[in-house]
Amino acid sequence: MINSMKKFFASGTPWIWVNAGAVAISVIMTVGLLLLLAVNGLNHFWPKDIMLAHYTQPSNADDAVAREIIGERVDREHVPADRIIASGIPVSPDTPMYERELIKIGNRELNSSDFTWLLTDYLNDVRYPDNLTTFERREWGNFYGYVLEVREAGTAVASSDPANPADTGAWEALKARLERALAIHDEIDVLEKDEIGDVNYALERLRLRRRGLELRGNDTPEQIAQIEAEQARWESSYEELQTRLSALYEDVERDTVVMKAMNDEETEINVSEIVRAYQPNRMHIGGKLVVYGQKLWEFLSDEPREANTEGGIFPAIFGTVTMVLLMSVFVTPFGVVAAVYLREYARQGFITRVIRIAVNNLAGVPSIVYGVFGLGFFIYFLGSEIDQAFYPEALPAPTFGTPGMLWASLTLALLTVPVVIVSTEEGLARIPRSLREGSLALGATKFETLWRVVLPMASPAMMTGLILAVARAAGEVAPLMLVGVVKLAPTLPINGNYPYFHLDQKFMHLGFHIYDVGFQSPNVEAARPLVFATAFLLVVVIALLNQLAVTIRNRLREKYKALDM
Amino acid sequence: MAMNQQPLSPDTPAADTAAGAALADSATLARRKFRHFKDKLAGVSIAVGGLGVIAAVLLIFLYLIYEVMPLFRSALIQDISEFRLEAPHSENVLHLAVEERLEVAMRLGDDGEALFFDTANGQLRSRIPVHVPEGQSIVSFALDTDISGIFALGLSDGHVLIAEYDYDVRFGPNNERLVTPVIRYPFGENTFPLYNNEPVSKISVRSSSSELLLAGTSRSGQVSLLRARRETSLLSAFNASSDSEWETELVTLTGVIPSVDQLYLDVDRRWLFAIGASGRLSLVDVRPAFSGGTAVIEDEVMLADSDRHITEVNFLLGGISLLVGDSAGTVSQWFLVRREGGGFGVEKVREFDAGGRVVALTPEQRRKNFITANDQGYVGIYNTTAHRKVAYTRLLNGTPKTLAISARGDGLLLEHGDGHFSFWSVSNRHPEVSWEALWQKVWYENYQQPEYIWQSSAANNDFEPKYSLAPLAFGTLKAAFYAMLLAAPLAVCGAIFTGYFMAPKMRQNVKPLIELMEALPTVVLGFLAGLWLAPFLENNLLGIFSLLVLTPVSILLAAFVWTWLPEHIRYRVPEGWEAALLVPVIIVVAWLSFLLAGPIELLFFDGDMRSWITNDLGIAYDQRNALVVGFAMGFAVIPTIFSIAEDAVFTVPKQLTYGSLALGATPWQTLSRVVLPTASPGIFSALMIGMGRAVGETMIVLMATGNTPIMDINIFEGMRTLAANIAVEVPESEVNSTHYRILFLAALVLFMFTFVVNTLAEIIRQRLRRKYSTI
Repeated sequence: MINSMKKFFASGTPWIWVNAGAVAISVIMTVGLLLLLAVNGLNHFWPKDIMLAHYTQPSNADDAVAREIIGERVDREHVPADRIIASGIPVSPDTPMYERELIKIGNRELNSSDFTWLLTDYLNDVRYPDNLTTFERREWGNFYGYVLEVREAGTAVASSDPANPADTGAWEALKARLERALAIHDEIDVLEKDEIGDVNYALERLRLRRRGLELRGNDTPEQIAQIEAEQARWESSYEELQTRLSALYEDVERDTVVMKAMNDEETEINVSEIVRAYQPNRMHIGGKLVVYGQKLWEFLSDEPREANTEGGIFPAIFGTVTMVLLMSVFVTPFGVVAAVYLREYARQGFITRVIRIAVNNLAGVPSIVYGVFGLGFFIYFLGSEIDQAFYPEALPAPTFGTPGMLWASLTLALLTVPVVIVSTEEGLARIPRSLREGSLALGATKFETLWRVVLPMASPAMMTGLILAVARAAGEVAPLMLVGVVKLAPTLPINGNYPYFHLDQKFMHLGFHIYDVGFQSPNVEAARPLVFATAFLLVVVIALLNQLAVTIRNRLREKYKALDM
Repeated sequence: MAMNQQPLSPDTPAADTAAGAALADSATLARRKFRHFKDKLAGVSIAVGGLGVIAAVLLIFLYLIYEVMPLFRSALIQDISEFRLEAPHSENVLHLAVEERLEVAMRLGDDGEALFFDTANGQLRSRIPVHVPEGQSIVSFALDTDISGIFALGLSDGHVLIAEYDYDVRFGPNNERLVTPVIRYPFGENTFPLYNNEPVSKISVRSSSSELLLAGTSRSGQVSLLRARRETSLLSAFNASSDSEWETELVTLTGVIPSVDQLYLDVDRRWLFAIGASGRLSLVDVRPAFSGGTAVIEDEVMLADSDRHITEVNFLLGGISLLVGDSAGTVSQWFLVRREGGGFGVEKVREFDAGGRVVALTPEQRRKNFITANDQGYVGIYNTTAHRKVAYTRLLNGTPKTLAISARGDGLLLEHGDGHFSFWSVSNRHPEVSWEALWQKVWYENYQQPEYIWQSSAANNDFEPKYSLAPLAFGTLKAAFYAMLLAAPLAVCGAIFTGYFMAPKMRQNVKPLIELMEALPTVVLGFLAGLWLAPFLENNLLGIFSLLVLTPVSILLAAFVWTWLPEHIRYRVPEGWEAALLVPVIIVVAWLSFLLAGPIELLFFDGDMRSWITNDLGIAYDQRNALVVGFAMGFAVIPTIFSIAEDAVFTVPKQLTYGSLALGATPWQTLSRVVLPTASPGIFSALMIGMGRAVGETMIVLMATGNTPIMDINIFEGMRTLAANIAVEVPESEVNSTHYRILFLAALVLFMFTFVVNTLAEIIRQRLRRKYSTI
């Protein structure tokens, strides 16, 4: 045995296996990470069953009473008995490990926290009654309980017996009324966000126009009168919108629902507070899938609620895409021109080699350095110059002298330009010399050869470079924290207000959203699933972009293999 | 150009066609010209564009330098005006001060008259006599601080008068600034008696809004202390600043201090610094004297050698450090240090060279700077924390009498005999920075010994900013080190296997997967590290450690078992698929190590290894620590190292390996003796690039550590890196302040470091590529 061991080591085989192990570990880590993200991220949208149980926590006093628990089972773990005893729960030290479960009990206005840890052994009488209901609300998180009674303007219109799961009278009434409330709420949204937002925007523009006239000394009485007339018009339409809005608010708050939470606590909830209501225990897989789809769609298409910890991430997706597209507009021409210059026009020699190395290495310069540069040069230097020259009326409030969309995309363009240059150069280098010579021999000028022959053939390489640049830019957060992202942007960077594309506005970003919600929000535990979902989305987008780049690159290589023949 | 055209004759038929041809020709020529022009234009614009992009990239570097440069610039002193104070004034000056906006200066003479005059031309604005009681003369003077403007005058009858100079600033109808100098008496116009009919030869004063402490010495050498407190009766609350409401307490320190030349009280009104004629400093705790006990000497030191004597003493901003200037031109900084065995001592912290006998020594009012003037007319500006001489120039051809610095440190007024004054503007924006302050241990006020500390801001005004980049650089390297500890072996071994042994079909799938790993946004890794991995590690420490040990062992074991398996099983898996075989093995080992860790932990570590580490080993444990960063950032740099190293291994010319194999070497021998030596520069450059990435990574460290700037190699504690520090602090720092520029300096350091490392790596790689192409 010893001998064979010796021989085994002498052969070098174990080292080959160790190397193989390294690959295996890397692969497991990557796949594991993707799975972790996928499971945690996608799990979030599944309507989980609501448990009803009785919990008798062991206590030193004899009056240990059973508590009713209603909630979703979220997580479980094993904890040594010592630690549980240390936390003040007198469990028997004979059992070394106890299992405990994390239950989401919601009802933040009744309980102090959304979550509670319970020892599984003391959880009795676990049931899943059909008539337990989940409310997703605009504020205060989820609510779990029984629907007791639906009231219209204070008078009961339907009621149910919580002990009888088949009694769905109140639940059906609630569903209809919820639909009505949601429709009104949509109307309110349009009124508040779009119409009143437009009025405010117009008023602000008028203020700036007036200030601009004053600064230039053109504030003739006629001009001022005209502006004031316009102001008056907008203000009157604001008044009108405000009356409509308060009418709608009165309307939406008509219905209430009386709920019975755990331990027989009764509470009245306004139907307008509810975003979605369902009875998961009653639903079959199909129904759950529908809710799953709805929640997933809400996540992708809706605005965030409750300090970004609930609701959707549409503004972040939109901001990321807009920023990346704007960056592409900057980075593509410049990257391509620089690559063409380096490969086709510059005399190859020491200097070009140095430049090439420098460009290559810029890709390795920490992104935060670009952020610092963007902040100092673009925002504080260029931005404040622009403000003084073109937006004096808004001062001292900065227009471009503050982080925003334009500066963020310029900074990222600078960050990703090496990627485009390197990739385009590679593409140019792969084009056979014979093609260029053929074109030149037929009398085409250098530029014509470049424009008609070389560049079209190199376009997939440029595409690859651009996609890689986009993938990198989409995932970059550190520089953006300095040059343009915000936690919560009031409006999208592209909207219906002149000049439609707001280059000076700050925007929301998926990557920053992850950082912000995961690390700066007050209720991290509740926000975690949403962060997982956001992270998963970001990773999927970037993985797809990379896959696209790889496919294009491979196709390009195949193409030139044929040409080389 | 139609140069060689035949002359056209319209009457021949041949000419017609020729003319047609010529016409066509000129059109072609025009087109050709246009094409040519287009070509030239394109050439020029591409060159401009290309060079522009490269210049833009260069701009980053230059801009960072441009922002950093002012940090190291010396202060600039430029003359504004020179004038003679025509108004009659006393010969001896007690105090000289310049108002914040540099318009007005104040000169307090020993005749008790405060003269306020324009700094531009010396024109008198007002003359306000301090209310010295009839028949008395001023014997001694002490200033609390220039910030408060409160000063004490020791009188010939043993009394002390407290007054305050100030400026009332109002704005006129056209928004112009109207400055009216005033003298106030915040502690009442009545004098405080310190001695009976014996002149107060030296005095020192410290005050707060409700308390005043005076220390004085009589001509006979008796040291007395007087404490005045605002009476807290109900009545006095309603009529503020009437004279009678001060409750005074007088104590005499008899026999405590032998001979006293100068007296200084510290800002907390606890310590009395008494300096004897020989240069001996006695530190006296005065608190016991007021609570019925006797004051005791806490410590005694010699401030100067016997061959020199002390000429000027003053407190630095904050009232903690004492600056002592002597006849040989040395200024030394002293402050209280808590001794290890309890009690306090006075320590000399650092020394500055003032060039000659110090005749004036003034602290700045908002920064830890001081200004000296020596007997040859040289004026020096120094920063204590940075131990830096910011400026040193000769402003006079004689000995100045005294000097004053404005509140913002931007105006300097010198008085040099016979009523002559000169006024200078000072541009001294970043005195707090020096090589020593950034990279060496600095002895900060209130610290027991020199330390590396990064603490850029605090709530109070007299805060001493601590700009040591050392803990940040250390944190950066620490994070990179732990990351490389995980990444380097995994990535390099993986690259060797993938590049040399792996079956091509498997390689086609593995490589893109690891490249995908490279594209993972670091914010996602940081989030997982901070919110998932950190608590997971805390609960499964033993599992992780056993995993780190068991995995290599199990891999070797698996390999050993595999070689012993019957051939028909072994041949079913072709060579180069070993990695795939190991995947289930590793997963099972990982599962087992976490499963078994619980019981083992229970057996040996009381069920909780984390508290065992803190309680039994005494090692600090942060949840977000270097181990977490090592894992997360290791994960981020594995693909970087992997893809470059794999490239280096894979592109080793095949004829080399085939040759070696043909000569009978085993695959392992070929790898270790032929492939690795050839590819080693490439692998090295891969490691360097990986290191560069780990050093500059921001989001992972920001999210996975506690971001505390400590210098401790402990794997269970966090760190703050340069990059994370920039991300945290730049948005809050004031534009163009010293703090802001130091953050730019940090960015420049990061930039330079990664650029140099990457360039080296790139050069090595290019060399390697050329070498391969010649084989």
